[in-house]
Amino acid sequence: MTIQMEKVCKRFPQPAGKELSVLEEVDLSIGEGEFVIILGESGCGKSTLLNLMAGLLPLSEGEIRVNGRRINQPHPSRAMIFQQPSLLPWLNVEENIVFGCKLRGEHDDLTVRTAQLIEIMGLSGFEKVKPHELSLGMAQRVCLARAMIGHPQILLLDEPFASLDTITRSHLQEELIEFWMVEKFTAVFVTHDIDEAILMGTRVVLLGGRPRGILKTYEVNLNFPRDIASRGFFLLRSAILKKLRESFDGYQRR
Amino acid sequence: MQTTPQLFQKRLKKLGPTWRYLAFRLGYSLLGIGLFILLWVAVGYALFARPGYEQFSGFLPVPTLEAFWGLLFESRFWMSVWASIRRVMIGITIAFIIGLPFGLLIGFYQKLQLLTYTPVQFLRMISPLSWMPVALLVFHSFESAIYFLITMATVWPIILNTAHGVSQVNPHWVNMARNQGAQDYQLLTRIVVPASIPYILTSLRLALGVAWIVLVPAEFLGISSGLGYIINDARDTMEYDRLGAIIIAIGFVGFVLDGSIELIQRMFSWNVA
Repeated sequence: MTIQMEKVCKRFPQPAGKELSVLEEVDLSIGEGEFVIILGESGCGKSTLLNLMAGLLPLSEGEIRVNGRRINQPHPSRAMIFQQPSLLPWLNVEENIVFGCKLRGEHDDLTVRTAQLIEIMGLSGFEKVKPHELSLGMAQRVCLARAMIGHPQILLLDEPFASLDTITRSHLQEELIEFWMVEKFTAVFVTHDIDEAILMGTRVVLLGGRPRGILKTYEVNLNFPRDIASRGFFLLRSAILKKLRESFDGYQRR
Repeated sequence: MQTTPQLFQKRLKKLGPTWRYLAFRLGYSLLGIGLFILLWVAVGYALFARPGYEQFSGFLPVPTLEAFWGLLFESRFWMSVWASIRRVMIGITIAFIIGLPFGLLIGFYQKLQLLTYTPVQFLRMISPLSWMPVALLVFHSFESAIYFLITMATVWPIILNTAHGVSQVNPHWVNMARNQGAQDYQLLTRIVVPASIPYILTSLRLALGVAWIVLVPAEFLGISSGLGYIINDARDTMEYDRLGAIIIAIGFVGFVLDGSIELIQRMFSWNVA
């Protein structure tokens, strides 16, 4: 599936009757099977952008088209993964994974598919465990399984690994990339971590500036699995950092 | 230096297995009961051992506990206990049937909450017993009047706590469910209601407490069964030991009812990590 964003603006009403502009005139086109990273500092509107794509927030201006069709509400084909694992505490791991399928009434091969995903995600033996007994990493795996069981064509990830420890994070990054290579979905991944961005993305979209918008887009032409110590990685990292600094200086002087 | 969790671990170890912990708790409970009886004796003698108050000596622990033992073998007493429990159950059930949907809706729709806030807070503050004359006018049987009073007393805590529970639902769960394709009614049945169950149980526990308090004066109405009736009866016949025993029984039954809801609450306490 492809995503086209045209002149997307998002403003939030403020108590004093003013409006806070979070995103101005964002144009972005995402192709089938891409792994696009939205990179930016905290509060730059990257989560808002993702929520707009998910259809969880209404647009102020512009439009978003998925496969050419304008969207205005959430749809299970655009599955979302949040920073905090949003598991339902009264359901066990298995029940949480099938939650969406049960909602939508998709019961075909559900048991088989669930068993497969539990195996792939390394959740075997945890089927009957309640969320509060899981570590954050395991909980995020369950969320990933819940998102993937419906075979979404687009996966939207909102800093999914930001609250994990480094080791768990790098495991999950690798697993996600392997998953993406097999399932060939389109991924939009929001992060504030430059290394994570270059490790995973086929394209890095830098968000920032005043007013908030796209600063620059970088193609990442490195093979998977990527080496954080390689020259290509280092050059790209420096270029992105330089651009971020420039933009920061730019609006600090003003 | 020991950190707080380490110290805590050490103390737990000292206590050993679960039964020792339970014994520890039970020990303190028994000590509490002992102290309570001691206080009862002290206050009782100070008040009723004075000249002119001998007739009230039935209220002292020994006669009261003797009368309580006697009550246990009296079928009229057990009939009254059952009658009282039944009234409370029926009253709370009616309140629950009315209050739960109201609470869910008020918690779900903010405008409805704003609309109902003042009337609900106003009605809540009216003593349930002040509805008694109204109840007697509207209902032909005393029995239904009592149900009405208990319902009036318990419907407010049920509405308010359920609404509070709904407003406390984690917005991430709602967004997740919407993202997974949930319809509006599914948000209610799959997210809001299950997430509110602990609050609903709390509301029932509060309701039970209120109902049990309102019940006794409500049973002063023209009926011939129930704990409120037999306590009134004991007063009229000046059997003060019996009166004291019934007071103990009222406390005891209330304690057991409250404890059983607490047990159910523990089964649903998924939010305690």
